Amino acid sequence: MNLEIMVELTYLLSAILFVVGLKRLQSPATARRGNAIAAVAMALAILATVVDNQILSWGEILVGVAIGSIIGGLSARLVKMTAMPEMVGLFNGFGGGASALVAIAEYVGAEAEVGTSTYGVSIMLGTFIGGVTFSGSMIAFLKLREWMTGNPITYPAQKTLNAIMFLAVLVLGALALGIRAGTDPLAMFWIMLALSLVLGITLTIPIGGADMPVVISLLNSYSGLAASAAGFVIMNMVLIISGALVGASGLILTMIMCKGMNRSLTNVMFGAFGGTAAIDKSQIGKRPVRRADADTVAAELGYVNSVIIVPGYGLAVAQAQHELRKVGDLLEQRGVDVRYAVHPVAGRMPGHMNVLLAEADVPYDKLFDLEEINDDFGGTDAVLIVGANDVCNPAARDPKSVIAGMPILDVDKAHRTIVMKRSLSPGFAGIDNDLFYNDNNLMFFGDAKQSMADLVKAIRELA
Amino acid sequence: MGELMIGLYVFVLATLAGREVITKVPPTLHTPLMSGANAISGISIVGALVVAGRAEGTLQVVLGVAAIAMATINVVGGFMVTDRMLAMFKKR
Repeated sequence: MNLEIMVELTYLLSAILFVVGLKRLQSPATARRGNAIAAVAMALAILATVVDNQILSWGEILVGVAIGSIIGGLSARLVKMTAMPEMVGLFNGFGGGASALVAIAEYVGAEAEVGTSTYGVSIMLGTFIGGVTFSGSMIAFLKLREWMTGNPITYPAQKTLNAIMFLAVLVLGALALGIRAGTDPLAMFWIMLALSLVLGITLTIPIGGADMPVVISLLNSYSGLAASAAGFVIMNMVLIISGALVGASGLILTMIMCKGMNRSLTNVMFGAFGGTAAIDKSQIGKRPVRRADADTVAAELGYVNSVIIVPGYGLAVAQAQHELRKVGDLLEQRGVDVRYAVHPVAGRMPGHMNVLLAEADVPYDKLFDLEEINDDFGGTDAVLIVGANDVCNPAARDPKSVIAGMPILDVDKAHRTIVMKRSLSPGFAGIDNDLFYNDNNLMFFGDAKQSMADLVKAIRELA
Repeated sequence: MGELMIGLYVFVLATLAGREVITKVPPTLHTPLMSGANAISGISIVGALVVAGRAEGTLQVVLGVAAIAMATINVVGGFMVTDRMLAMFKKR
């Protein structure tokens, strides 16, 4: 068999293994193997590329690989699980950036001679999508890291300016392909690249911190599309295929997150949610609530048959997931049936809360998502809500509310609810939560970590 | 059929295959799915290797090496952190 066919078959095998690897992610039992299979697919693709191409500059390549491996490996090792959203955001940016650089290097190599071929158009697409992904992801990273305000940044005519910039990118891209004699294609190309980077920034800054999970999912999708575009540039099928897989994955996650917040994608992208809505906040937290201390809560949870725990992002902020698991374990030892209900937008990215609980050794078969568990709240003795707010706000059932129609956990249908929170302050939606004032609700105020530790002690002291 | 059309067929069919496979991933695994997909988008390392391997002139070399470094961060970091997360998922 000649070398060329061997190389092509290796690429084919690599594409198959990417799909097989993703398929294994359908169950937590096989997922780790699936990730390893995808890594093997990547290694095969790299091997085929190295064999197939006349690599002249090994030294430079090894320098690039060494730098990337050290940075990538160290960040993967050191990142805290709570910081996963910003790390994925940052990595997305690098993926998009790499695809853009491939397209740019091709253009620089061929200069104005690309013409309006598939090749030329793919270069423009790769540069544009990759550029937007890169700068957009950097903004998303800064917002998630809180090195930049999480509030939406808006200014007059924002959407119009973005639309104008987008049209300018199209025109400059065409000029960079040399459709008009007399303009310098290379100069047009650099301006188009700069505008793509600016557009990535101006499209991301008006999006509020609470909507960032949607944005990183979407940028994830873009980074796939950028890789596909780079695949069209060098006409490499494995790049096109894997890029398409990532593009599909990101888009699906984006849609799931939008559904979880009951918002359309356009509303997330251009709505500048939060801060703009005129809500009367003066009455928030002014009504009387029933307070409880650790001993009362321990008794409410320790002498019943079934408890559902609803963890929210406040739990992760307080780093209280380990204490929470201890509470769950102690209750189980007392014969209580303990389950965890995880809302789709409970963490700061899709599935984030599940990872945080897995880190605290909560078995994954105790975690249930909204659809699986929502009908069970009615027959549950007690629900413990830790650091969550909007995701269980009954106002979502009121058509007049700003969160109307948002899927919520029906915790108020349980016999008893206990909310563990710092104060009565509103969540991201900025509205009051009627759940707090219900007759069968108890407020257990305090820092989640300290309260959990107190609760552990109190449950241990129960008879 | 031209190369472009073949490429388009491949792109569209791969998107559909991706949709089929990924809609069945449970919400519990959405974060590892995202970081794993992220690692896969580092496939642009293939493009980066091609470009860097035949680079002529300083600018192209610099662009190629930067592309390789970025894509490698994606690949190495992405697969490693996904593995780290998935290792924590245990049944009791």
